[in-house]
Amino acid sequence: MNAPTIWIIGPAIFAILLMAIRNQRALSFVGGFVAVLLALTAQFVPMEEALRLGSLSVRIESSLNILGRELLIRPEEGPLLTLIYGATALWFFGAEASKSALRLVPPGLLITALMVASIAVEPFLYAALVIEMVVLLSVPLVTSIYKPPGKGIIRFLIYQTLAMPFVLLSGWLLAGVEASPGNLALAGQSAAILGLGFAFLLAIFPLYNWIPMLLEEAPPFAVGFLLWIMPTVTLIFGAGFIDRYSWLRSSPQLTTALQFSGLLMLVTSGIWAAFQNHIGRIMAYGSIAETGFSLLALSLDMRLGIPILFLLFPARALGLTVWSLSLTIIKERSKSMRFSDVRGIVRTVPFASAGLILASLSTSGFPLLAGFPARLALWDALARVSLGTAFWMGIGVIGLFTASFRTMAVLSMADEYTGWEVGENWLQGIMLGLGVTGLFILGLFPQSVQYFLANLPSMFEHLGR
Amino acid sequence: MSPAVSWVVIALIAITSLGILLVRDWRWLIIYLSAQYIGVFILALQHLPLSMATVKVITGWMGAAILGMTRSNISEENEMQSVLPQGRFFRFIAAGFVGLLAATGAPRVDPMMADAGIVVSAGSLLLIGMGLLHLSITDQAMRVTVGLLTVLAGFEVLYAAVENSILVAALLAIINLGLALAGAYLMVATNVDDENEPEAM
Repeated sequence: MNAPTIWIIGPAIFAILLMAIRNQRALSFVGGFVAVLLALTAQFVPMEEALRLGSLSVRIESSLNILGRELLIRPEEGPLLTLIYGATALWFFGAEASKSALRLVPPGLLITALMVASIAVEPFLYAALVIEMVVLLSVPLVTSIYKPPGKGIIRFLIYQTLAMPFVLLSGWLLAGVEASPGNLALAGQSAAILGLGFAFLLAIFPLYNWIPMLLEEAPPFAVGFLLWIMPTVTLIFGAGFIDRYSWLRSSPQLTTALQFSGLLMLVTSGIWAAFQNHIGRIMAYGSIAETGFSLLALSLDMRLGIPILFLLFPARALGLTVWSLSLTIIKERSKSMRFSDVRGIVRTVPFASAGLILASLSTSGFPLLAGFPARLALWDALARVSLGTAFWMGIGVIGLFTASFRTMAVLSMADEYTGWEVGENWLQGIMLGLGVTGLFILGLFPQSVQYFLANLPSMFEHLGR
Repeated sequence: MSPAVSWVVIALIAITSLGILLVRDWRWLIIYLSAQYIGVFILALQHLPLSMATVKVITGWMGAAILGMTRSNISEENEMQSVLPQGRFFRFIAAGFVGLLAATGAPRVDPMMADAGIVVSAGSLLLIGMGLLHLSITDQAMRVTVGLLTVLAGFEVLYAAVENSILVAALLAIINLGLALAGAYLMVATNVDDENEPEAM
């Protein structure tokens, strides 16, 4: 028995088997239950140690050899698997409420398994190839064979595919820089190519224009899933790069580049969000801002930045789940997601409207909500480094708040004599209620996730120590 | 590789990639794409064993076959003419600039990529440049897929000089086929009648 078989190959095979199930509810619950089981196993079953089950002794090896290369899940990566599969379970349970289980669960589990493979594959550069496979699998996830695809999906495919060659080439060049650290020209070239690769992968300004387009044309719940899992794993992959190359880790230019790109993403997405009249596009800019926050966290001293980066992840997962579920429910009830069509909709879908507003406020960093503790820690740390940077982060956050309050105003702008009704079904109400409660719990008691997050920095050899 | 063969390979790649950029008929597009993979095969052979280089050409042909078979099932009148700008002259001139860039860039790229060889570097840069040019002037699913396959083909030729792992070759083959399948999926979706849409999934 080995870890890659349990958390990569097993789920991938199971995902393929799930394609035979055509019942939404069964699919959602089976997929969610399997994801929970995988998360619990990752948290509580020790790797590389003998586990006694009565007279049976089981030892989970951490590696598996494939075609001369290795898939390696180290014991320190257990909490990360818990986080990934736990959040995946959240999406799968929500899929039944959003009526997208058939579309989301089988490919979603396959995508999650591949994303875990991208963290586990050695040499770690091959992750770029695995991420590209995820991109290709995502195409049927966010489009329908019965509906012409929009420009968003085409741009998504182009930008994400172009990332792979850059990342692979930069890996080769970085190895050269390690061998001859004095070669500044080579260091510059490899850094530039690496930067381009991650700019495409993480959809860094101005390469993020596909995100708002995709949220306009594709089902919000499926897009939300992608906007959660892809940047999260890519950020870990990127942090792995910084961890492995000492010259990159100690480079002041890297800090500046991360800070600048993070701020650029946060400020532009905040300002664009403030002027949007489409609730789907506002969510898109919210997710772009989340990536901006993560890049800013990576630009800090790694002993401080890495814990903040990991603190951002649960809030992002929960916030995007609630946000995209709410959007899906609202989209069902209105002609489009434009402000003119969702005006006053709080009186017909109150839970979804509340979920949408609270998730949006959480992303903005509203006190008492899930996003607040990480943003406060980030802002505090940035202010200690540079007041100018903290000021620009404030501008971005103000933009996000403006978008949230504008959304709240539009959703509640109903005619005076319109009656209240509950348009959501009981399952949607329960899922949204649980999600919103989770947003408050993460905001009020951020230490509740520390159990999972405390040991996560140990997955890196140098960062966060 | 002898100088004469080198020139033939570069000429083959230049003609096929230019053909892909200029032709309007999808049949010619597929023919040029398939011929382009012969050039890719010869360039890959400089650094890879025959078996692994063969994988690249067969994968490429399979990708071209997937695209061609899908396109043949779509009626001609559904084809959207949205390649901008329309002028062939413009595209020809743009391709000329890409050729110049590849010719001048190859001597610089060659030492960076473990002395892959000028011909390999030039051919690779030409493919990457022409693929990018193609991507920049179209939003049709089929042409975007062909553009991406061209870029990847160029990258694979260059990357073969520094990495000859079987796993990488296998993953790249899967990605090429996956890209062709994703393109075929988008082509079918582009040409579907809205009335055929079933109940929301």
